[in-house]
Amino acid sequence: MHNKSIAELSQGLASGEFSSAELTRVYLDRIEKHNAGLNALVSVTADEATAAAQLADQTRQAGNAGLLTGVPLIHKDIFCTEGVKTSCGSKMLDNFIAPYDATVVAKCKAAGMPMLGKANMDEFAMGSSNETSFYGPVKNPWDIETVPGGSSGGSAAVVAARLAPIATGTDTGGSIRQPAALCGITGLKPTYGRVSRYGMIAFASSLDQAGPMTRSAEDAAWLLNIMAGFDERDSTSVERDVPDYTAALNNDLQGLKIGLPKEYFGEGLDADVGRVVDAAIKQYQQMGAELVDISLPNSNLSVPTYYVVAPAECSSNLSRFDGVRFGYRCEDPQDLEDLYKRSRGEGFGAEVKRRIMIGTYALSAGYYDAYYLKAQQLRQLISDDFKQAFKKVDVIMGPTAPDVAFKLGAKASDPVSMYLSDIYTIATNLAGLPGMSIPAGFVAGSKGDMPVGLQIIGQYFDESRLLNVAHQFQLATDWHQRTPAGFE
Amino acid sequence: MAWEVVIGLEIHAQLATKSKIFSGASTAYGAEPNTQACAVDLGLPGVLPVLNKEAVRMAAKFGLAIGANVSRRSVFARKNYFYPDLPKGYQISQMELPIVETGQLEIELEDGSSKIVGITRAHLEEDAGKSMHGDFHGMTGIDLNRAGTPLLEIVSEPDMRSAKEAVAYMKKIHSLVQYLEICDGNMQEGSFRCDANVSVRPAGQKEYGTRAELKNINSFRFVEKAIDIEVERQIDLIEAGGKVVQETRLYDSDKNETRSMRSKEEANDYRYFPDPDLLPVVIEESFLDEVKSTLPELPDEKRQRFVQAFSLSSYDAAVLTASRELADYFERVTQVAGGEAKLAANWVAGDLMGALNKVGQEIAESPVSAEMLGGMIKRIQDNTISGKIAKEVFEAMWQGEGDADTVIEARGLKQITDSSAIEPVIDDIIANNPGQVEQYRGGKDKLFGFFVGQVMKATQGKANPQQVNELLKQKLSG
Repeated sequence: MHNKSIAELSQGLASGEFSSAELTRVYLDRIEKHNAGLNALVSVTADEATAAAQLADQTRQAGNAGLLTGVPLIHKDIFCTEGVKTSCGSKMLDNFIAPYDATVVAKCKAAGMPMLGKANMDEFAMGSSNETSFYGPVKNPWDIETVPGGSSGGSAAVVAARLAPIATGTDTGGSIRQPAALCGITGLKPTYGRVSRYGMIAFASSLDQAGPMTRSAEDAAWLLNIMAGFDERDSTSVERDVPDYTAALNNDLQGLKIGLPKEYFGEGLDADVGRVVDAAIKQYQQMGAELVDISLPNSNLSVPTYYVVAPAECSSNLSRFDGVRFGYRCEDPQDLEDLYKRSRGEGFGAEVKRRIMIGTYALSAGYYDAYYLKAQQLRQLISDDFKQAFKKVDVIMGPTAPDVAFKLGAKASDPVSMYLSDIYTIATNLAGLPGMSIPAGFVAGSKGDMPVGLQIIGQYFDESRLLNVAHQFQLATDWHQRTPAGFE
Repeated sequence: MAWEVVIGLEIHAQLATKSKIFSGASTAYGAEPNTQACAVDLGLPGVLPVLNKEAVRMAAKFGLAIGANVSRRSVFARKNYFYPDLPKGYQISQMELPIVETGQLEIELEDGSSKIVGITRAHLEEDAGKSMHGDFHGMTGIDLNRAGTPLLEIVSEPDMRSAKEAVAYMKKIHSLVQYLEICDGNMQEGSFRCDANVSVRPAGQKEYGTRAELKNINSFRFVEKAIDIEVERQIDLIEAGGKVVQETRLYDSDKNETRSMRSKEEANDYRYFPDPDLLPVVIEESFLDEVKSTLPELPDEKRQRFVQAFSLSSYDAAVLTASRELADYFERVTQVAGGEAKLAANWVAGDLMGALNKVGQEIAESPVSAEMLGGMIKRIQDNTISGKIAKEVFEAMWQGEGDADTVIEARGLKQITDSSAIEPVIDDIIANNPGQVEQYRGGKDKLFGFFVGQVMKATQGKANPQQVNELLKQKLSG
């Protein structure tokens, strides 16, 4: 049952082949069996999931079921969930129980989807390996000695290991796509503003975007149908109709123009990964697509620009964690300053503190123009690169990450090398464009094959096309069907 | 040495919106602590601000009223600092691109002259909560009801040259925001408060002196006193060979002194940057036109109209237009009194205001309504009562004895205008005071008043004074 697609699950529930209670039980059993080894979940909400599944079955009996009623999922622990701990992977929020649901959570709830638990993640979504989590790193189901990527590493791992049919993630600089690539699943970061950020704990507000993490593009389309849409509680969400994302899945790709930015295939890209990506692109050529060489000349500025903008915003966003109203508070504060300093000093991990310090510095009087303002100008240049490219092509393709999953601890003490894991994904966030990662093939690793992701970048609000392009590839290949050993 | 004082004011006017600037929570004053603070006001993880359009409308209204440029595009920025009553660790304000820029206001000074004060900018921002230091066993209580209340911060040019000018400017803004119905002006509740930037320089010097910022002054009287005492401090300091340092100072009204809160070196680096949670505020021409159409008659326009239409003195007109309620009250009185503007002005600005001031009440709370006062003036006009009797009628109305006609009837105050009733009284008085009559006829004109007094006394003040005068003159000369 745990290998069925969302369409098949929906069909099975509708036909009465199985109930949501049964389906949910299957996944809860798998979580019980496998989560300890993967550390993919911060919270398992078995009781709530069981109750929600029963409610979903009643809804169905009453004839009020929607397409996804009864299909369970896992939310990244960055989304506020009423009555259930929302830790954001941090000691700071280890005691935080939100009094409200994030819009994404509320929408999934309204669709009748039981929540199985909440996925582990890098602390405050800051990281590319899931090693910054207060709850310890998530293990990659393909090789538990390697990282699952980050920051949505828990979400990627649960989908790869079939502990949930689908999961939600968030992507600020690659946090959906990079772990999707490293765990061999499908991940979509929608256009900035497509999905409400309300109730999603902010890392970098102008970059954060939630999206589906699934086994296939078709599943992603189903989940995006639920997640997307304008929200009056998020001023940056866009008032624009939500199409049925499944509608265009089967369009053929004859004449599709695929841009290949030379900057994404140069130095820094692992040769084996490069070969897998090349082969995937050849596949598209066979399917009738046309390959176009393009350039995104300011690509090399993405990482430095991002590491000014994102820390600047986070330094301000994370000020509310001060030990006064919620979250971690130090023992016996001597005075107000001591309360602030020790609550934040003890509550935040090293990577979060590093970024708060970088951001505070970048916004300081005398440095603002040289860093923050300059970064905003570069951001414009990076966006313009894409604008130019999309005059010539329909989608842009390249590797999602420069390498397959690396060993736990391999980059933990080298932040710059860690930051370069997102070198191909960051520009998309800076420009606000939608981007996707799909399984493109495998590279032989020490413990067996390791998955490689193909990144597909589209025009603003062109998610339907991305999903179509990804789905057609998945009809022709079976990389996305492969299951890590031990999780079949 | 002669010193020149330079003052600029930053006024915080709390906008009279029903809900907060970035959340749906109520802005009503006086609720139990923390009962009017929702998830957004508390700065809970994950929440986002959504701009209250009404606050934008009010700011635009103010901009139009001071002839300023209402920015077609303004941007909210975050002002970052830690304080327990600032839930998010930053205040959402406007920095580089405020909603209102470059306006001006004319103020009237005591010597009758007037002066233009430049208004640099006015920007929207959210208020913080309140820290309460009493009664918590050595701890501090935080009330976040006020957090997120919309404020319009109105920043003047350093155009004022005395505490009195500063007060005149502050009063004018106070009156204007109430005219526009964008602020209730309640200073006790903190809806209208001000910071004053004060410096001194030798008369004739072009460069400004180093300024001190006096924080959070919430009454006109304290603004004047605080500035005066700060000016004195600065001059004394300089004359003693010292230097003014740029700093924030607090005015202590009990001790009538200012003292240092923090110096420039200790000042926060607020790390302003555009708030990524909010889109730039874009104002369309049509929106501005709509706001323009809702602008009421402004105080200056009203004052001029009062001078022209009612032939009032500029002074009376200024007094009567000091607040919109007072001006409306006066106009209603005049209307009821059949257009007797001068008399209405005297009664409103004189007896009524005097009585209100004595008990510390506002015009809206007056026990004598505009209809009642107008009705009384009508009775003066049609000679039912004299101006003198009117004072008694007014007093009775104030005490709640009903409208003028009721009081006149109940107290029998109707004026005697029938000469055949007055004449016998006069005859009696002439007959009973032969000595005075002789002296008067002998040229002692002053005694005329004595006869008037006797007649009024005999008629309990009800005889029509004009008729008494005429009849007395006639009879005494005979």
